[in-house]
Amino acid sequence: MNAQAWFRWRKVKNRVMALLTLLCVLLAVLPLVMIFSYTLAQGIGALNLDFFLHMPKPVGEAGGGMANALVGTLILIGLGSLVGLPVGVLAGIYLAEYGNNPFASTVRFLADVLSGVPSIVVGVVAYTLVVIPMKSFSALAGGVALGILMIPTITRTTEEMIRLVPASYREAGLALGVPHWKTVVRIVLPVAGRGIMTGVVLGIARAAGETAPLLFTALGNRFWSTSLDEPIASLTVFVYDYAKSPFDDWIRQAWAAALVLILLVVVLNVIFRFVTRGTYGDQ
Amino acid sequence: MHKTRHTGGTQEGGAVSLDASLVKPAAVRGRNVGDRVFKGVTFLFALGVFLLVFLMAFEMAHGSQETLSEFGLLFLTGKVWNPVSGEFGALPFLYGTVLSSCIALLIAIPLGLGVALFLSEMAPRWLERPLSFLVELLAAIPSIVYGLWGIFVLVPWLRTDVEPLLSKSLGFLPLFRGAPYGFGMLAAGLILAIMVLPIITSISRDVMKSIPRTYREAALALGATPWETAKIVLTSGRSGIFGAALLGLGRAVGETMAVTMVIGNSPQISASVFDPGYSMASVLANEFAEAISSMHVSALIEIALLLFLVTVALNALARAIVWSVTRRFSQS
Repeated sequence: MNAQAWFRWRKVKNRVMALLTLLCVLLAVLPLVMIFSYTLAQGIGALNLDFFLHMPKPVGEAGGGMANALVGTLILIGLGSLVGLPVGVLAGIYLAEYGNNPFASTVRFLADVLSGVPSIVVGVVAYTLVVIPMKSFSALAGGVALGILMIPTITRTTEEMIRLVPASYREAGLALGVPHWKTVVRIVLPVAGRGIMTGVVLGIARAAGETAPLLFTALGNRFWSTSLDEPIASLTVFVYDYAKSPFDDWIRQAWAAALVLILLVVVLNVIFRFVTRGTYGDQ
Repeated sequence: MHKTRHTGGTQEGGAVSLDASLVKPAAVRGRNVGDRVFKGVTFLFALGVFLLVFLMAFEMAHGSQETLSEFGLLFLTGKVWNPVSGEFGALPFLYGTVLSSCIALLIAIPLGLGVALFLSEMAPRWLERPLSFLVELLAAIPSIVYGLWGIFVLVPWLRTDVEPLLSKSLGFLPLFRGAPYGFGMLAAGLILAIMVLPIITSISRDVMKSIPRTYREAALALGATPWETAKIVLTSGRSGIFGAALLGLGRAVGETMAVTMVIGNSPQISASVFDPGYSMASVLANEFAEAISSMHVSALIEIALLLFLVTVALNALARAIVWSVTRRFSQS
C-alpha cells in the first residue's frame, strides 16, 4: 500500500470511528427518551385530582387514588432525613474542615463504598436493626433504611460544596479574629448553603424513588396510617404491587405514580444542575 | 490608637482582657472551647459513617448465623431452594446474578466507552455538557420505573421480535435456544445494561479527561488522526476504565426492583438466556417479607451478606483504581 492510500485509509477509519461513537451516544439517549415518553403517555391520563386526594379503592373497583401513599412517602423521607441529614451534613463538614488525615480519607472512602451498597441490603440491615426488636414492620424501619441510604450522597455533596467556597472568605473571617467554628457556621456554611441544600434535596429525591429497602421495612399499607410503629404505604411500593396486578385501572395508576416519581427526580436534578453552576461558575 | 479602638469594641474587659489575649494568642487562634466542641461533634458523626459500614456487616453476620453454621459453604453450591422443606442452596441466585450482570456489562462497556470517548474527545464543548447531563439523568430514574417499563415495553418486544429472531439466526448456540418467554435473563441483562451505562460512562469520561492535554498534543503533533489520538487516551486510561467497569458491575449485581420485575423469578439454572431465572437481590425482594421460619430468614440474610461483601469489595477495588489513576495524572 502506498503512502497516499494509507493516509486515506486512516482518514476513513477516523470518520467511521467518530460516527460509531456518535451512534453510541444516540443509543444511550434512546432509552431515556423512550422511558420518558412512554411514562408520560401512559401516566398523564390517570394523573388527576383523584389520584392525589383519594384513597385506594377495594380490590377490583375502579377509581380511587394514592393519597395515603403520597403522605406515606412524605413521612418516610421525613424520617429518613432525620437520620441522614445530621449525620451526612456534620460528617461532610468534618471531611471538609479537618479532612487532611488518614481517618478522614478512610471515611471518605467508606462513604463512596457505602453509596455502592445495594439498597436492598440496607433494607435487610434496617430489618435486623428495627423490625426484629420492634417485632413489627413499621414506618420507622423504612425511615431508618432511607436515612442510611441518604448518608453517602449528603456527606460527599456537603464536603464538595464547602470546599468550593473560596479561601478568601474563610481568611477574612479568621483575620477578624472570629474563631474557626464560628467562621464555618456563620460564613462558610451560609455561602455553601445553597449547594448543600440542593445536594440534600437530591439525596432525598433519590431516597423517595427507592422501593427495595421499603419492601420489608415499611411494607406497605392499603389504608390510611400515619403512625410510626405500623406499616405505611409508599408510592414506589404501590407501583410495584399495581404493576403485577391484572387490573387495567391499577396499571394505569402505577404509570401515574411512576410519572410523579420521574418528574420529581428530573425537576430536582435540573434545579441542582443550575444552582450549583450559578454559584461557582463553570467548574 | 489601635488599642483604644479595640477596647471600645469589646464590651467589658478594657485593657486587662486585651492584654491577656495578647499574652496568649493561642486562646484567640484555635484552642477555644467552641472550636474543640465543633471539631468533636463533627468528628463523632464522621466516626458514625465509619462505624456504620462495620455495623451493617456485623448485623448481617449475626442474623445469618443459623444458616452459616448449618450449611457452611454448601450454601453456595446447593442447587435446590425450597424454604418449605428447609433446603437452602443459593447457586441458582448466584448464577442468575452473575449471568445477568455479564450480559449487562457486555453491552454497557462498549457502549459506555463509545459515549465517553465522544463526550471527552470528539464532541464540541457546547454539546458535551447537555449530553452528559442526559446520560446521567438515566441514573436518576427510579429503579421501579425501569421495571415498569421493562414489563410493558421491553419484555413484549423481546418476546415478539428479538428472541424469535435470535433463535432463528443463532439458535445453534445453547445460549439462544428455547421458547421466547420475554421474561428472563436477556430482559434482565438488557435493563441492567441501560441502568449501569451512566456510571460506566461518567467514570470513564472523568478518567479520560484527567489524562493530560500534552498526551493528545504530542499525538496530534506527530500527525495522528483524532481517532488515533483517542486510542492513546484509551490505552493510557485503561486501568481507570477497568475501574469504571467494576463500578458498573457493582451496580448490576445489587440492582433489585427492575431485575425482579423482568427476570421471571424461577430458581433454575439454564444455559439459555431466554429462560427465566432468579437473582440474589430478587429473592430478597420476593421472599423476605413473607419468610416465617427462622432458617428461611437466616438464609435470606446470608444472601444479603454475600451481596454486601461482593459490592463492598468491588466498589473498594474500583474506587482505589480510579482514585489512583486520576490522582497520578493530576499530579503529573
